[in-house]
Order: sequence, then structure tokens, then C-alpha cells
Amino acid sequence: MPDPITPSAELLKGLWRENPVFVQVLGMCPALAVTNSAVNGLAMGLATTFVVVMSSLLVSSVRRWVPKQVRISTYILIIATFVTVADFALQAWTPALHRELGAFVALIVVNCLILGRQEAFASRHSVVPAVADAAGMGAGFTLALVMLGSVREVLGMGSWFGLSLFGPRFEPWVVMILPPGGFLMMGVLLLLFACVADARRRAGGRLYGGREAA
Amino acid sequence: MSGELLAIFVGALLINNFTLAYFLGLCPFFGVSARLTTAFRLGLANVFVMLITSLAAWGLETFVLVHAPYLRLITYIVVIASTVQFVEMLLKKAAPALFRALGIFLPLITTNCAILALALFQTSRGYGLLQGLVFALGAGGGLTLALVLMAGLREETELSEVPSLLRGTAMSFFIAGVLSLAFMGFAGLFSGSG
Amino acid sequence: MRLPETARLVLTLGIAGTLSGVTIVSTYRLTLPRIQANQAAALERAVLEVLPGGTSMQRLVWGEHGLAPAATGAEGGDSVYGGYDAAGGFVGYAIPAAGAGFQDTIRLIYGYDPGRRRIVGMEVLESRETPGLGDRIFKDPEFVAEFRDLAVEPRVALVKGHGEGPNEVDAITGATISSQAVVRILGQANEAWLPRLPPAAEAPPLPPPQERRPVHPGGERGGPVPGGRAGEGR
Repeated sequence: MPDPITPSAELLKGLWRENPVFVQVLGMCPALAVTNSAVNGLAMGLATTFVVVMSSLLVSSVRRWVPKQVRISTYILIIATFVTVADFALQAWTPALHRELGAFVALIVVNCLILGRQEAFASRHSVVPAVADAAGMGAGFTLALVMLGSVREVLGMGSWFGLSLFGPRFEPWVVMILPPGGFLMMGVLLLLFACVADARRRAGGRLYGGREAA
Repeated sequence: MSGELLAIFVGALLINNFTLAYFLGLCPFFGVSARLTTAFRLGLANVFVMLITSLAAWGLETFVLVHAPYLRLITYIVVIASTVQFVEMLLKKAAPALFRALGIFLPLITTNCAILALALFQTSRGYGLLQGLVFALGAGGGLTLALVLMAGLREETELSEVPSLLRGTAMSFFIAGVLSLAFMGFAGLFSGSG
Repeated sequence: MRLPETARLVLTLGIAGTLSGVTIVSTYRLTLPRIQANQAAALERAVLEVLPGGTSMQRLVWGEHGLAPAATGAEGGDSVYGGYDAAGGFVGYAIPAAGAGFQDTIRLIYGYDPGRRRIVGMEVLESRETPGLGDRIFKDPEFVAEFRDLAVEPRVALVKGHGEGPNEVDAITGATISSQAVVRILGQANEAWLPRLPPAAEAPPLPPPQERRPVHPGGERGGPVPGGRAGEGR
């Protein structure tokens, strides 16, 4: 893509055009597992953003010194370190959230999104664009998780971020906060995303490209 | 004891299927080509890696990590990455056709959350050596089962009339949702009475 | 000076590993006190919740000489918690227990008054039961209230509809298996613990404040571990 590598461009591309969840279909495991409520999705998104930004910062800083053959192992070590730090921080300062997210905080380390950014971008660019790219991807990921979490929480529990929306007489659509609901809702959101991208492409030329839904 | 092992195995295979109930291993699940045979072989490769990981995790936990539990994540991920490297080298020498067939999916087993989750769950549930191996077998089997079912269903629907926007990823998610719903029927298999 | 290839690889990984290790250990040290405080606070809250009237607690480990207050850093062992009121009087035992529920393991803690031989409270600590149905074992206040005054003789029993006896618990409609699991877990814990627990008069007393041992809630597994210990998420 002949795009100028400006920090703001890097930041924005992660939000829509190359959204990690809806376009690249990465990081599915946490995207479905912890989005049974909006606040869980937000927490997971922020934790992941922390890890990807710090990792990109470090990887991009040391990229000239890391031999090619051991780069993946080094990236994994770096990522795992930051995930451990994030995990401890959550346990110490937000134990209730940590209990909700469970093992999925540790599983951030195998979120293909993070390793993917290191390999595809941070290892080839200087610090500022790398961090902007990471921040954009993290923001896009968080946005996607909050969207999915909100929909599932509103339908499945009748609340949003814990605030009851429909009052006590609401009959919640419980399947939404169960695994099948996660899969189905993600399918619906993917479909919506593809429809919108398709419509924009037809209407506005190549302004918002994105991948063909096929 | 054997009743408990059976419960662990069937629990991981069906009741709390790693993919359809715990949302693990979704990258290969959605990425795998709609070829039944490839899906099956990938599943088996995962089972193999899981067994070795389970063994290594148990060993690490018992002998090393009691002194430094905070190093658990780092050591587990290093073990997994090394195991996958080892399996890659092994397959390249011993079964080059299979190695080529699996292609990019082999190194991606490292980032398969199911493997790491297996090690973490095994530790947090306090499984011993045998229980851990049985758990790995059940979890890997469940993963394979989900992969095979998904590949089979996608093969079937390839020739169906599906709107172009729905084709591909969105449809896979709907299929997964229905599969997950079906597997929910296994809940309560072992609780029984008394 | 160009180092030979392999030396560079090893050096890089070695440095990365060392830096990583140092970071993790430092973070661990930094967060450890807070995490242990969180765990202790959560445990104390649960214990005092199931022992009405209790204001403080101590851990009691079952050893070869019977029940004894836990020494600092006691390694594992079966343990319960003794609850005491503001005057230091013994209120009851809080017994943790776990077992298989409908979906996954249920962990709970319940309060037992040896004087009246009754269960005086029950709190579910961890469960993955079906939302809206099975999760009513902790969300339904009526079900939880059943455990406020429950006789243990001959044994705790589950009934459908309305139970009359002091040892009977009404099952939750639509969540029979989850309710049954709770009752079964209580029964198994009773079988294990009731014979061991000394009556109120002989319960280990609460030492005066300056001698109290710190509570280590996780026993040998206290402190932060990556991936946590509490649960596997939803």
C-alpha cells in the first residue's frame, strides 16, 4: 500500500481499515472469551494494548541488534515479560477484574496480533511509527472487544457496563453471554463490518479499501 | 481413580471442549482450510505437542516452579516454542510429505492459545502426571474434533448458495455458533445424582 | 569486533532472558504485598460472611495433634478457619470445600456452629454454572438464606418443592443439578470435617492481637502467579 508512514496514519489504520478483529480476524480467542460483558472487553483490550505498545517499543528499539535467526524467540520473551507484568498489576490493583478475565490475561502472550505486529512492523521501523502502529492496533482491538462485549451484555444481561438498562422485568437472552452467543454475535458483527466496508467501497472509490470478504 | 480419569478425559473432549466451550485454539479453527484430511492431521500434530507440553509443564511445576512461581508463564511459553521447533524438525526428517502439507500451520501451533491454556489449566487444577496427560489427550482430541467438524461442514457448504458477503469468515462463525450450541448438550454428563 | 554467529545468537537470547527475568522478579516483589493483602481480605470477608457475628478469624490446620492455629508459612495441609467475635469468643468454623457442579468445579465456604450443630452460612467462591439458572446458587438470595440455619443431622438433604425439615434445602427450579452439587459438596465436607472439629468450648482460642500470626490464604501457593489461580475465566 503506497501510504505515507506518518504516525497518525499508523494510529488510525488499526481502528478501521486494518482492524485486528474485524478485518484481520486475529486475537479471536480473547475476543470471544472475555466479551461476555462490556467492562471485561474493555479491560482485556487495555491490557492487550499495554502489552503490544510496550513490546513494539522495545522490539523497535533493539531491532538492529537482534540476529534474524532468534528474532521470534526474542519477541516472544519480550511479550511474555510484559504480559507477566500486566498480569501482576491486574492482580494487585483490580483483583475482581483479574478474576473475571482468568487465564486469558496470561493468554495475551499467544495473541497472534502482538507477535504479528512485531514481525510485520516494529522490527522494520523506528520507534515512533512502531509505537503509533501498536497503539492503533491496540485501540482497534479494544474498540472491537468493547463493541462485542456491549452487544452481548445488553442482550444477555440487560445491562451495559453494569448499569441495568431495561429494569427487572427484562428476560435476558442468556445464550448471548454463553459461548454459542459469542460465536454468533461475532459472525453478525463481521457481516455488518463487511457490509459497511463493501458499501463504502462501492460509493467512495478506494477510500476505505479493506480486504474482500471472501 | 479410573473414573476420575475418564471424567477428566470426557470433560475436556466434550463437556468443556477447548474450542467450542473455552474459545481456545480459534486461529487454526477458523484458518484451517476446508479440507478434512489437513484438519485431522493438524489436530493430531496439536495433540502431540499438547502431550509433550503437559509432561514438560508437570515436570517444571513439580521441580522448578515451586521455588519461583512467577516464572511460570515465561518458562511454559519457552517450552512450547521449543517443542514446536522440535516437532517441525522431526516431521521434516521423518515425514516430509506431512511437513509440506501442514505448511505454515506447524509453526503457528506455538501461538495456539490452546496449548498454553492446557499447561495453565493443568497447573491451576493441580493435576498430577497421569491426570495431566489424560487431560492433554482429551483437550487435544476435543480440538481435533472441533477442527474436523468445522472442516467437514465447510467442505459441505462450499458448493452451496451462500451470499458473497457471508461467505468465508462470517459463515464460519455462524457454523461455530451452532456447533457450540450443540456441544452444550453434553453439559451435565458427569454430574449425575448423589 | 564481529562475534562468531552462534555466540551472537546465544548472547542475544541470554541478555533477553536475563532482562526478562529481572523485570519479572522486580514486578513480583513490587506487587506481592498488595496481592497477598487482597487475597487475605477476600478470604476474611468470605469467612466473616458465613459466620454471622464474627469479626476476626484465624487459620486452623489439621495435623497429627488435631486442630492447631496455622504457623506462618505453613505448607498446605487441610485447613479450616475459626471465627471469633469482638470479645474473642468463638463463633464457629468456616470450612472451605469444592466439588463438581453442572458445568465445572464449584468452590464454596460455609460456616458451621458446633454448639448447635448447624450450618450458619454458605458462600460460593467460584463457579461456572449456567448464567440465569445454575448461577442462582449464589445470585438467588432465598437459596443462600437456606444455609443460614441448616441442621446437619442426619445429613443435609435436597428436596424439590418446599422442605419442612431443619436439614432440608429447597432445590432451585430449573437448576436442580447445581443445587444438588452444592448440597453434595457440603455433605462430603461434613463427612470429612465434623468428626475432627472440637466443640466450641475446646476450639483453639484467638491469641491476643500482638501474637496473631499473619494469614497466608493460599498456603504454599500464596502470592501472584501469571495466569492467576482463581479461575479460568468464563
